[in-house]
Amino acid sequence: MSPDLAFLVEVVVGGLLSGVMYALVAIGFVLIYKTSGVLNFAQGAMVLFAALTFVSLIERGLPFPAALAATLAVMVVVGLTIERAVLRPLVNQPPITLFMATLGVAYVIEGAAQLAWGTQVHALDLGIDDTPFDVAGVLVSRFDLFAAALAGLMVALLTLFFRFTRTGLAFRAVAEDPLAALNAGLRLPRIWSAVWIASGIVALVAGLLWGARLGVQFSLSLVVLKALPVLVLGGFDSIAGAIVAGLIVGAAEKLAEVYLGPFIGGGIEGWIAYVAALAFLLIKPSGLFGQRSVERV
Amino acid sequence: MTSDRDGSLLRVEALEAVYGGAVQALSGVDLVVREGEIVALVGANGAGKTTLLRAISNLLPATRGQIRAGRIAYAGRDVSRTRTDALVRAGLVGVLEGRHCFRALTVEENLIAGGLGRGSGRADLRADLEWVYALFPRLTEKRRLPAGLISGGEQQMTAIGRALMGRPRLLVLDEPSMGLAPKVTAEIYRVLVDLNRERGLTLLIAEQSVTLALRHAHRSVVLENGLSVLEGGAETLRARDDIQRFYLGPRVTAPARERQPA
Repeated sequence: MSPDLAFLVEVVVGGLLSGVMYALVAIGFVLIYKTSGVLNFAQGAMVLFAALTFVSLIERGLPFPAALAATLAVMVVVGLTIERAVLRPLVNQPPITLFMATLGVAYVIEGAAQLAWGTQVHALDLGIDDTPFDVAGVLVSRFDLFAAALAGLMVALLTLFFRFTRTGLAFRAVAEDPLAALNAGLRLPRIWSAVWIASGIVALVAGLLWGARLGVQFSLSLVVLKALPVLVLGGFDSIAGAIVAGLIVGAAEKLAEVYLGPFIGGGIEGWIAYVAALAFLLIKPSGLFGQRSVERV
Repeated sequence: MTSDRDGSLLRVEALEAVYGGAVQALSGVDLVVREGEIVALVGANGAGKTTLLRAISNLLPATRGQIRAGRIAYAGRDVSRTRTDALVRAGLVGVLEGRHCFRALTVEENLIAGGLGRGSGRADLRADLEWVYALFPRLTEKRRLPAGLISGGEQQMTAIGRALMGRPRLLVLDEPSMGLAPKVTAEIYRVLVDLNRERGLTLLIAEQSVTLALRHAHRSVVLENGLSVLEGGAETLRARDDIQRFYLGPRVTAPARERQPA
């Protein structure tokens, strides 16, 4: 392989792998949006909260598995609490009301996380060494590979869950037609609880991976902003869309940074995804895989 | 079997309902459905049929509506505040207007969803699926297809089958004939009437076609502008000049009515 081509492949692979991590955050949004029509702006705060809780427990000397289990439990409680205390009383309110409520929740969680665990930056070591290794002349980050595998596993588990379990079937029914699901006697509150728990767990995985990559600090909650272009591109209600769009955004960012950056100045990586999302919105407002909304009840 | 002293399974009294806190959709509806009966709910578009059925299933809050006054009793209990899922488990199951199948789910998954609402176990689900496929043989061959890809008639059968998976005692149907060919409508009504005759399933059917209602129902209730204005058997309704003129006669000139959300 020529060095130029190897470099290109390396950039694309690196982009795709970081795209998986975008997808992971985006999936947390999709889960909740699909079942309750709420764009949960607090997803980023949940990511921060999970990472901060985990790293603080580790720093207080808890062994890795215990810290993981404790954080998992905390995230389950956080998810359930938000659903029960904030969203359930607001059920059947207009979407913008719900969105504003989650915005408020986001600030409460961020504040609470820093109140409880402090504001300093923590390093998070998951014990995976980040030395790149060589695959046919292409250097691949070991950590990225691990992150991608974990995200992939997560997605596979969610897919199996939705495809083959009763709760999964109920979830798809609610996502498809909430009124019909209600009418058929499905217990929507129970499904919402399940979904918020699931999104808490997704936030935990995303928090650990992003935390290990960027360090655990306040700005971790801003990964939501990275998820938005992914959602626009993939459609807010498609898990497959979130994955594909995550990969596209990841690869596009890196390619733009490397090949366009030198011409229009560096730092493209930060905003190119938004430009792409904006352009995409003009062409296909429902996203790559999103359902064109005909009516919403 | 619990029911009111007079044998009514469902009793609606002086029911008033509004949408969005202001738009009056029902302004005084009385209705009685006795165990084992087929009752048709007749009325023009916007008369309040759908609102009434949604009120009975307690679906109004999900469509930004609410009950203002009146009473709904099912099996002798006031149910105006009972959650829809509890009603389903008590045997009061609805079929929505416009079918509302889960389009991306297969026909069989649609049916199973109805069983899950009731809380059926595995064995019950299997038995009930067999039963529904026997009632609607056309669904058997489509069981693996997404419900969005089958014909309108088959979707209506799926929607009814899904409700039957909840093992209803009272089945409430909102315009099951809407948009369907007469032949398909006849097939669906044949199944419903058989269920009523052979299993004693009680039916409350909103039906825009008065002809259909009179053909199949034991009694009909006429709804006009959110009010129940007339109740009786086929003979009573046929004898009424205005019903004859508005709904059955050759000159169908429905009077202009104030439109309300259906």
